[in-house]
Amino acid sequence: MFSFEPGTFLFEAWDARYQLMAGLAVTAQLSVLTIVSGSIAGMIGGIGLTYGPWPIRFLLRVYVDAVRGIPVLVLILFSYYGLALFGIQISAFTAGVVALGGFCAAHMSETVRGSLESIPAGQTEAAKAIGLRFGQRLRYVLLPQAIRRLLPPWVNTAVEMVKGTTLLSIIGVVELLLATQQTIARNYLILQFYFAAGMLYVLVNFTISQLGALLERRTAHLRY
Amino acid sequence: MAQAEPLLRAIDVHKKFGDVEVLKGIDIDVHKGEVLAIIGSSGSGKTTFLRCINLLEEFHQGEIQVDGERIGYTAGTHKRLGEAAIAAQRARIGMVFQSFNLFPHMTAEQNVTLGLVKVQGRKKEEAVEIARRWLDRVGLTERRDHYPYQLSGGQQQRVAIARAVAMEPKLVLFDEVTSALDPELVAEVLAVVQDLAKSGMTMLIVSHEMSFVRAVSTRVVFMEQGRIAEQGPPEELFTQPKSERLAAFIGRFAGRAH
Repeated sequence: MFSFEPGTFLFEAWDARYQLMAGLAVTAQLSVLTIVSGSIAGMIGGIGLTYGPWPIRFLLRVYVDAVRGIPVLVLILFSYYGLALFGIQISAFTAGVVALGGFCAAHMSETVRGSLESIPAGQTEAAKAIGLRFGQRLRYVLLPQAIRRLLPPWVNTAVEMVKGTTLLSIIGVVELLLATQQTIARNYLILQFYFAAGMLYVLVNFTISQLGALLERRTAHLRY
Repeated sequence: MAQAEPLLRAIDVHKKFGDVEVLKGIDIDVHKGEVLAIIGSSGSGKTTFLRCINLLEEFHQGEIQVDGERIGYTAGTHKRLGEAAIAAQRARIGMVFQSFNLFPHMTAEQNVTLGLVKVQGRKKEEAVEIARRWLDRVGLTERRDHYPYQLSGGQQQRVAIARAVAMEPKLVLFDEVTSALDPELVAEVLAVVQDLAKSGMTMLIVSHEMSFVRAVSTRVVFMEQGRIAEQGPPEELFTQPKSERLAAFIGRFAGRAH
């Protein structure tokens, strides 16, 4: 089991280490880019959905409902092949970030909206009564309370995004899954390598959920 | 009192919720130092009127002035003031709510300093000093680093009062501030309000605590179905009500424990 002969898992994994690490790095880059851009856009979108004037609320609502209703794979194929038809040439990597980031933004917008709307109206009224302006009410009163509420669903979305990056193997982004498949194509150790890749995804996602749990503990005093 | 300009002047204030007119023309002048109590059964519009004064509710007709300045609109027009101008007006009017509405993510002291620093632009140290002075005044020196969930309802409401008055507003609105409290906690909050009333602060108090209203107010207004039905000094109103409705209203409270 622990032999280090050609054809054993350990030998082949060592042999493919650079390829697999490069795949993991691409997965990590994709994840960070989509989660960060999607969260920032979702924060803005959620605030717009909650407090924007009606034309903005309407446009955001159409966007959110459309993007959430379309399978992620279709979004990815559209941003890679579809945008090319409109003369927009982007790399598979960029197309992936656009599709997944857009998907993440739609989900985060709803999460942020829900968190803001769950804050009792009395909070806004008390903030208005002491003379805080809209931006100040958001910054000092509403968002700190919303953050606490949106942490658990945020972790959920982040984990979904990491897993969603595997779909980019279809348009040829050599992320961890495609790198694993390319390795398997050489050594035929199907079960072992898929298992190893699966474990790496678990490791990444476990780290994210632990990070989320840490943040939840840090904000535990925001009880009510 | 000399016929100085009133601190608060409401002229023919009307307010509708959909088709229901809840304020049917409120006219009232409140002078500096007055403690005006507004009584009346639920749905009579007293809380709505209070909320119109600092623009938590829009009203559809009429005008409210505080210290000669028209609230919410540019004088003589129907042009709504901008967000910053409205915020500045609200900062000069304090409000204490039935449900306290303390900011749960801030300590008692931070609740009080927020407006002092972010609205009035005071230095942090100065704001902390003011906050401590007011928390001391409402008897919560020991609790200033506590979060709202660590405080009783009565203590939370006292912090909320400190938050409102620390801004040195021209006028403080008290909206049924003891209605959400357990009976044994009512007294500590009323004692604080009474202490402030004695110091000459101008107040509008909506309350169902009749004995408190009688003790603390300089004038009582009885509202009924969106109108001011009767007003006068508390002794006169409680002992010789002119209308049967007021007599019946007072009668309902006479039998109550506090």
